[in-house]
Parts: sequence; C-alpha cells; structure tokens
Amino acid sequence: MSQSLLTTRMLEALSAGRKALIPFLPGGFPDKERFFDELAALDAGGADIIEIGVPFSDPVADGPVVEQASLDCLLNGTCLSWLLHELEKRKGQYRAGLVLMGYYNPFLQYGLDQLAEDAAAAGVSGFIVPDVPLEESGPLRAALDKHNLDLIPLVGLNTSEERLAAYAKDARGYVYFVSVLGTTGMRESLPTEIKERLTAVRRLFKVPVALGFGIKSPDQLTAFGDLVDGVVFGSALIAHIKAGGTAAEFMLRWRS
Amino acid sequence: MKKGYYGDFGGQFVPELLMPPLLELEEAMRTIVPSEAFQTELKALLADYVGRPSPLYRCPNLSKELGFDLWLKREDLNHTGAHKINNTMGQGLLTKYMGKKVLLAETGAGQHGVATATAAAMLGLDCIVYMGAEDVVRQSHNVRRMKLLGATVVPIESGTKTLKDAINAALRYWIAEQNTTHYCFGTAAGPHPFPLLVREFQAIISLEARAQCLGKMGRLPDYVVACVGGGSNAIGMFHHFVPDASVKLIGVEAGGTGEPGCYHSAPISLGTPGVLHGMRTMLLQTTEGQIQPSHSVSAGLDYPGVGPEHAALGASGRVRYDVAVDSQALAAFEALCRREGIIPALESCHAVAWALNPASDIPKGSQVVVCLSGRGDKDLDIIESYANKPGGAK
Repeated sequence: MSQSLLTTRMLEALSAGRKALIPFLPGGFPDKERFFDELAALDAGGADIIEIGVPFSDPVADGPVVEQASLDCLLNGTCLSWLLHELEKRKGQYRAGLVLMGYYNPFLQYGLDQLAEDAAAAGVSGFIVPDVPLEESGPLRAALDKHNLDLIPLVGLNTSEERLAAYAKDARGYVYFVSVLGTTGMRESLPTEIKERLTAVRRLFKVPVALGFGIKSPDQLTAFGDLVDGVVFGSALIAHIKAGGTAAEFMLRWRS
Repeated sequence: MKKGYYGDFGGQFVPELLMPPLLELEEAMRTIVPSEAFQTELKALLADYVGRPSPLYRCPNLSKELGFDLWLKREDLNHTGAHKINNTMGQGLLTKYMGKKVLLAETGAGQHGVATATAAAMLGLDCIVYMGAEDVVRQSHNVRRMKLLGATVVPIESGTKTLKDAINAALRYWIAEQNTTHYCFGTAAGPHPFPLLVREFQAIISLEARAQCLGKMGRLPDYVVACVGGGSNAIGMFHHFVPDASVKLIGVEAGGTGEPGCYHSAPISLGTPGVLHGMRTMLLQTTEGQIQPSHSVSAGLDYPGVGPEHAALGASGRVRYDVAVDSQALAAFEALCRREGIIPALESCHAVAWALNPASDIPKGSQVVVCLSGRGDKDLDIIESYANKPGGAK
C-alpha cells in the first residue's frame, strides 16, 4: 500500500523543520457560506492536515466550545451529505490532507460503504471517529480500506501498552494522542505524564504522532520536543472565529 | 457472539479513554460480584436496608372488574420507592470493593439519582448526580431529596436538557475522573458491561416474582408486563421468565401525547437501529443519524434509546413491545389510586395501562403480573398540572 497522503504531509512539515499544523473546524462553521472560505484560508495559511468536524447532536468526547459549534452547525442545516457534496465540488483545491472527524451514528446511517466511496470522491483522506474504539472498528475499517482511506487511532494517557500495540499494528496516516483525560477544550497546562506515554507511542507506532485536546498555544508543545510530529487545535480556533477573528490570522500566529 | 452483544445490539462505542475503566469494571464483575463476601453483604443489604423481597400483590378490586387476576410486583415498596435501589446498592457496594470513592450518576425522573445518593450516603461514598435542567424543574421533589442525602446535583443546560444530555455530561465527567469515580449507570443500557451489570442487580425482581407466582398461583403467569424507558425494571422483571415459553412478556414504551408528529419515547416500536451512549440499539433519530428529542409525561421514560438486550428481545420476538400514551398512563394512575389505594409512578402506569387496555385482549381467567416499578410521590406536581388542564384527569 502506498504511503498515505496524511503521513506524507506530516513528514513534509517535519523535513521543513517544523511541527505539522492540524486545525479542526466543524463543517458548516461559522455558517455554511463562510465555512469554505475559512477552509481555504486554513489551507493557504499553512495547514498540513485539516480535520473537518461532522456535526452530531450528542458529541460525548467534546467540551463545551466544540459541542456548541456542532449544535450551531446542525441548526444552520449542515449535514454529512451536504458536506461531502460541497467538498467534491472543490476536490483538488486544497494542498492539506482532509480528515473527517465525527461520531459513528451519522456515518452508520449514511451507510459505511457509501460513505467511503463518497469521501474518496470528495478528496477526503481519512477519518477520526471518537466513539469507535479498536473493538468496534472492524466494519468501518473494512469499508475505508476499500478506498484507501485512513482510520486515525485516538489514544491517550490511560491507553495500556498492550492496547497501543494493537492500535499500532494497522495504523495508517497518523496517530492522534489525546493529551488529557477529558474532553476537547483549551487548558492552561498539560499533564506531566504525557512525556512518558508519548515515548511509548513513539516506540510502538510507525506513523507520525499528533498531539491534540487542550492545546491553546504553541508554547505548550516545547516540552514534548521530538516526541510529537504535529499539533491539533480546535477549540482555540473556534473561539477565535467566534470572537470575530479569521482563520488566516489564527494560522499566522501558529506559523510563527 | 461478540463480547457485550445481544444479537445485533450492544457493544462498546465509547472514546478510547473510557475503555480502561470499562475493562476494569468487566474484571470487577468477573471477580468481585460472584465472590461470597460480596454476595453475602449485598443480600443482607437488600433484605434489611432495601426491604426485599418485595411483595407480589393481587389487586382484588381491579381483578374483579377486569375478569383476570392482576398482580403487582411491588418495587414501589423498596426503600426510596423504586426498583432503582436494587442496582445502586449493587453498584455502590462494587464501587467500595473496587476502592473508588465517588459514585457518579445521571438521572431523568430523579429516582435513580435518589437511589444513588442513598447508596452513597449509606456506604460512605461521595455522590455527584447529573440531571437535565428540564428534569430538575419537573422533578424538584427528588432534587430536594438528593441534596438532603448529601449529593451534588448538577443541572445540564445543553441539548434537550433531559436524560440523554445528563448521560452525555456524566460520560464526559467519567472520562476525566475515572481513577476515583465509578459511573453508576442507571439503566440496563450504555456500553458493555453496564447492560449486563444492571441486569445482574435487577434480575432479583424476576427471581422473586417467579417463585412467588409458583407459590401463590401454583403455576407460572400468563403475562408479565413492565414499562420500558432505558429498560432496567423490565429486564429485571423479564430475566428469569425468558426461558419460560408459556409466559408472554410485554414491554410497554411511552407514546407521549400520541398525536401525529408528537415526540414520544418508543424507540423499539417506532425507532431504527443506531449507535448512542456506547451501544448499538434502537433509537429515535433522523434519517441522517441525529438523535431526536423524546417526550413522555413520565420523565423516567423520556429517553430516545433503550437497553440493547430489549432491542434484541424485540427483534427476536421473545418480548412484545407495545406503546401506551400519556392519557392512558394517567387513566391507569387514577385507577390504581382509586381502586387499590396505591399511588404509582407514572412510569409504572404505562405498564398498568397496557393491562387495563381492552385492546390488549387478555383472556378471562389469565394471571397477569405487572411490575410496579416505583411509587408516584415524585409525580404529584405533574399529575396536578394535568388535572388542572381542561379535560384533564379529575
């Protein structure tokens, strides 16, 4: 199997001497029109991978900022089929690798085979599904494999070595390390035991490592040095846009 | 069968961060729950603190009017007034044996919150209860009880502000506090092993009821009926009767107002399969997989999903799931109050309503057992607000 575009983008950032930048933006946020402008701005602003949230009514792994954005998107009429359709129209316009991040039920109702087919046609390279742990990943993985789409594993501070190894076995794209025992959202500081777990992740996984959940500013990454290849930021970006800012300004801060 | 599945339903659809505490709980179920020490302590608590066994009571007046024997399994007579205490004493004790300090719960009608707060107080644990802001208003009586028992009640303002949002919030809290906290799930739903664990503690209902039927009727009953929200009283009431092919098992879901287009709480009868709260089950959802609001006059049945074993029992045909609407439940409430001197919970009234409904076509002379899952003190404000509506119950 050829190298995943997501892996390629992470490695390109590394060889340019920086961490890969992975912004998260809910599909249809802040509204359906502006979403694609902001997506383009993130891409032009140096995002290596963009995680696009698929809104769900009950986002259990998310904190209040992402949850509210997700519910706002549902209210403004965002749905998975709209998102895939609009992305397909723009296929090839983005340099960044695109990942859909969402909960399982909307994907299931869409139909997993249809989902994989339409996502590939829309230029999506991978999926993150927070409520599908290893034990339940079989059907989704089988559907995604047919179209060479990556299922990005989410692992965390409390994931045992045994489970890390099981996730690492078939991991493609990158591995998403959740920095806190908690939901998404900005935090002032990150737990100290991250370093130890990241060392195990680094040893067991062949794919690059992204750090996410709780990341508010670039300074928080310096402690992890070579253990992290990329950083995911969602709540901070959403809050910035909600406060009247733009994705372009936000990316400037992270690039420097 | 895949671990944690009932037919096509069940599973563990949770963030990876919740897998370690779920695996820890599975291990505790395997090693602690069957141990002699645990079982001896739990049996003593159930007998002397909860007040088990609960009676199986034949309603003399309604039986005469109906032409069949109507029996009630009196879970309303348990300490705290509902079947919920069976589960919370079990999970509370398990929490102690696991060395954790905090009992976390979500609650809809508040009965599970009260039962968790009670178990926590009795066992020396801290207690945090998440409750939808709408339910906090609907069930203020139970909120006051929880606070008196020392629990911290957290109103949830997100989403539909009811049970489903309280479960989301509790799952989030558990992710962060899993090292010190046990999530005392309130119904036989959620990710494996909760449906199994809750059934384990609620199966005492049918264990007793089956023996009581054989003693009092001299045979097995013809019908066993229970209301189904998440489905914990029903799975407890059905469990030991499931192998008895002659016993018809009836689960009664809440139909809301019953008007076209209204929200209801009947996912087995009117929903479709999907994934929510860690399980694949029958759900009220849009074609795009968004969870729809539910509604019932009974806050305790107001949930858009159902325990996965019920979904499987429905799919296999072993249990028949029907719907009772708000007005039928309110009529059943009045019937039990006036004819039998029993003030039942609105949840239980849905099951009683099925038995009272002529359309259920129960043959004369039948033996019908209904699980009276709780008492109705908590519902008096709701009952009175309906009675004061034009055309409402007198």
